[in-house]
Amino acid sequence: MSSATPLLEVENLEVNFAIKKGLMQRTVGVVRAVNGVSFKIPRGTSFGLVGESGCGKTTVARAVLQLVEASAGTIRFDGQDIAKMDAPALKKFRSRVQAVFQDPFSSLNPRMSTGRIISEPLRVHRLKPESEIKAEVTRLLDICGLPARFADLYPHEMSGGQRQRVGIARALAMNPELIVCDEAVSALDVSIQAQIINLLEDLQKELGLTYLFIGHDLSVVRHICDQVGVMYLGRMAEAAPSDPLFAKPRHPYTQALIDAVPNPDPDYEQGREIVPLEGEVPSPANPPSGCFFHPRCPLVTDRCRSEVPPLDPVEPGHLAACWETGITVPSA
Amino acid sequence: MTLLRVENLAIDVARDGGTCRLVHDAHFSVDRGETLAVVGESGSGKSLTALAVMDLLGEGLSVASGKILYDGTDLTALPPQERNALRGSKIAMIFQEPMTSLNPVRSIEHQLIEGMRLKLRLNRQAARARALELLAEVGISDPERRLNQYPHQLSGGMRQRVMIAIALSCEPDLILADEPTTALDVTIQAQILALTSRLCRDHGIGMVLITHNLGIVARYAQNVAVMYGGRVVERASARQLYRDPQHPYTRGLLASVPRLDLPRDTPLRPIPGAPPDATVELTGCRFHPRCPMATEICAQKVPDFSMTDGHEVACWNAGADASKEEGAVA
Repeated sequence: MSSATPLLEVENLEVNFAIKKGLMQRTVGVVRAVNGVSFKIPRGTSFGLVGESGCGKTTVARAVLQLVEASAGTIRFDGQDIAKMDAPALKKFRSRVQAVFQDPFSSLNPRMSTGRIISEPLRVHRLKPESEIKAEVTRLLDICGLPARFADLYPHEMSGGQRQRVGIARALAMNPELIVCDEAVSALDVSIQAQIINLLEDLQKELGLTYLFIGHDLSVVRHICDQVGVMYLGRMAEAAPSDPLFAKPRHPYTQALIDAVPNPDPDYEQGREIVPLEGEVPSPANPPSGCFFHPRCPLVTDRCRSEVPPLDPVEPGHLAACWETGITVPSA
Repeated sequence: MTLLRVENLAIDVARDGGTCRLVHDAHFSVDRGETLAVVGESGSGKSLTALAVMDLLGEGLSVASGKILYDGTDLTALPPQERNALRGSKIAMIFQEPMTSLNPVRSIEHQLIEGMRLKLRLNRQAARARALELLAEVGISDPERRLNQYPHQLSGGMRQRVMIAIALSCEPDLILADEPTTALDVTIQAQILALTSRLCRDHGIGMVLITHNLGIVARYAQNVAVMYGGRVVERASARQLYRDPQHPYTRGLLASVPRLDLPRDTPLRPIPGAPPDATVELTGCRFHPRCPMATEICAQKVPDFSMTDGHEVACWNAGADASKEEGAVA
């Protein structure tokens, strides 16, 4: 496919989970975990999905990885609809898309040495003959900043940061084009987190990787991602390039998220009056009418209570789903 | 008047017939109505220090030396009954994980009034009436209904509000909060921290806020103690510390965090290496293997504290030109 085709294109993605009850496991309701989400990731760029627990960001990632089935909508990878792929095409797809997970403790098999963890995908996909595997593992460890002797260590012998490097090396083994990072740096200490962020950025530059980066820490997501989508209760509230999104958010939820993040600057912070967003995220099994954010929104009107706002451009490339967005931010 | 003063606290863990030192030297003080942040990464000893103040150190852990002065009395010298009397009444604690620190098989009412019945000797009606007031004070709507509920019926944010209500129930002078919002979403974190800091101010409660989040420190703390490898390495007011960090570790931490208030492409300068393993002997300054400014003496002798204008730092090279340092904050 030409380079103009986005590497990943998600269109009106819906993922529903049935709520089952009783002895017969009757379906009594449905949770719309992802409710019509669309975005595109151009090759070699990073797209971030942010939002609070239960907003559906991880479910989007899992749908892209084909770990859950999409209920509706299409996911196109390099122009091809992944729902229509036959088995060989799907196998190829799985090697081109890899994942790095949040918890480096539970995402590595404790009974396997690092060497086996990293080489397993190479063996499964028969990418390298047995004679070259050892050298390949050493090369992958090296790219991720670990010495060759780590191939013989087991996960419990390594620190959290080292484990996350192994997780990244395993993902790189397939020579992927897209890496889905689901909270990949969230469990790490501050000084280690910065090491891994820099590693991800260096790898992206060197290998031309594309990232779908799921996170809840806004400052981390902003740092890594070129484009960011803000999700709330399964819907996209706002999507834009990072700079305008953080400098001039057009959805009151995005604004509230940004306001809630304290900056490491006492002079600024202790002089700043913030009004924390009231209430909590409603249950996705029983979402509010109209705009899902309306019960917590400071700008709410009658229309917000009854009609779902569309995700429309407010400026070229900057989408927001809010009836009152013109009022929130006066145009500069 | 200093409410709590921790002096040269050392904590050991029994191991293979001997002992291993986990906290080498923790020292800090908190006044009434003040919030002190204790900052550090996993394994820095910040939580252990708080548990030692509460006298809640687990099996095998013990205070090896040092003093914990509460209102002028050394707690480490008190008999167990007197320490028990203080715990949960004058000194209260808020834990990180409200799901695991509340009892899942007891109602909210039971957990809220337990302390008041025991420590304040209130009868059931009086304790219940106060429990309702407390729930309202921490911002829980419909307190009557919530009292009869169980922890699993509450959201994470609400559970943490219940924890705060329990901590406040016996009118403490001092609250130790160990990563109180780490498990919560950012908008809920803002609600909970705004609530705790308002309550501490209104009731004149001193708070020790244990966190790894430098933004939270900047927003809610007046003073800061930075811990590394079981030692307090720097102590200052929050403004001094952020404006002019003296210890290379503090500078490294500040340069490691991405910030919303700086341009997006500001490079992160991580501290190389990983925090020290407490079970491995290390001479000298515990930060020296990762320190860009380390000199010979750093590997040999533990640095003394030097103090200027109330800003205290334990580093042989403090005051040396920081611009030569690789990890310096611009």
